[in-house]
Amino acid sequence: MLEVETPLLGRGLVVDAHIDPIVCTVGSVDEAQRYLLPSPEAPMKRLLAAGSGPIFQIAKAFRQGETGRLHQPEFTMLEWYRPGLDYRELMDEVGTLMQALLGIETWVKRTHTSIFQDILGVDPQTATANELADIARIAGVTFSADAGPADRDAWLDVVFATCVEPRLDPTVPTFIHDFPASQAALATLSGEDPPVAQRFELIYGGMELCNGYRELLDAPAHAQRFDAENARREAMHKPRITPDAALIAAIDHGLPPCAGVAVGFDRVVMLACGAATIDDVVAFSA
Amino acid sequence: MASTYSTSDFRRGLRIELDGEPYIIVESEFMKPGKGQGIYRIKCKNLLRERVIDKTYRSGDKIAAADVQETSVDYSYKTGTDYVFMDMETFEQHEVLNATVGDAANYLLEGMKVMVVFWNGQVISIEPPRHVDLVVEYCEPGARGNTATSVQKPAKVETGLEVNVPGFINIGDVVKVDSRTGDYVERVSKA
Repeated sequence: MLEVETPLLGRGLVVDAHIDPIVCTVGSVDEAQRYLLPSPEAPMKRLLAAGSGPIFQIAKAFRQGETGRLHQPEFTMLEWYRPGLDYRELMDEVGTLMQALLGIETWVKRTHTSIFQDILGVDPQTATANELADIARIAGVTFSADAGPADRDAWLDVVFATCVEPRLDPTVPTFIHDFPASQAALATLSGEDPPVAQRFELIYGGMELCNGYRELLDAPAHAQRFDAENARREAMHKPRITPDAALIAAIDHGLPPCAGVAVGFDRVVMLACGAATIDDVVAFSA
Repeated sequence: MASTYSTSDFRRGLRIELDGEPYIIVESEFMKPGKGQGIYRIKCKNLLRERVIDKTYRSGDKIAAADVQETSVDYSYKTGTDYVFMDMETFEQHEVLNATVGDAANYLLEGMKVMVVFWNGQVISIEPPRHVDLVVEYCEPGARGNTATSVQKPAKVETGLEVNVPGFINIGDVVKVDSRTGDYVERVSKA
């Protein structure tokens, strides 16, 4: 596998409703706006489309407004892509890496639907916003009068973060895979009814350690998803994000079928040295 | 001061207004699913009634700021119903009801600098210094040579407060007391 290094500045991005980029300028003219990349995904996919074969890098990534025990606005990601590999096999590759880095022995794989059903007794594909809101309320998640989520999807996020993740055994590395289609990001959708997003996360030590996809290969679908994410941003009164035109052109040229994953490297370091906060594993807090 | 805060401003000590009452954030936790919206869970204390509540916000929510101001004043004297404080810069007098001063009265000495906390222009609390030096007015005599700190006895200090002190403390000693907990900290001087 080839180690690569890609630029941290970009003219456009993979558009995500809930990831806010840090915007900067490199000159005084209108075209001088750049983004500090929230992930190296787009430039790495351009390399894949250009025929790089399997690649990895350890890169800095930047996200606006993310500060907390597990978050820093500037953090480190380990990201890699494997042409020809299935996303289920990639889960095992991540598990093997964690075996080497953290000494874990085994890991389990569970679908998003089965975890919701086993922990909360509801099906995330069909539960209504009201049902999810009730679950959150019973768990003590109370919103101020005007601040509760409006739609089902937002409630799924709230319930996952506050009622599901905290109840997973922190000593068991758990891959959660096959998410609701509304949370696909740039993963492919399965042909099932209802379709699921062919995506996975690893939860271990009470933290989300990675996000992996069977990568979407269809250029028009990228453009559609970017538009839909920008529409969600506008509904939340957030600024639109310029989609990465070079990425869409590269996908149009042809991305090889592949699976890719991004690992929150600082969190792995936290686990390796028993640190309680991300601040403890970076030289200087941003 | 901003009249609203965004969730990214959340930190310990931030004063916000909820349901028409002032609160101070005592704990803030940011959670974010990989591909979902960030959530802030905060614990905040009601500045009027010491009650702590949990609230959840979604990333980007706006929250009203509480118009809370603090001023350093000197404690002057007590009347039947009020404690009187003087702003030594403007020479303005603040008369504060006994009920508002509450437990802080246990630490007030004439001439002492304290913080008076206003919310929307009204005094809501008095904050004495973290540590206050107080003269012991009465306690049982300590056993000679007993310097063990594990043996505690009650002592009444000059403000009327009862403090648990080590056995070696005598009447007339000055002791340092933590005004937030009422705990003995150390002996400052011997009688």
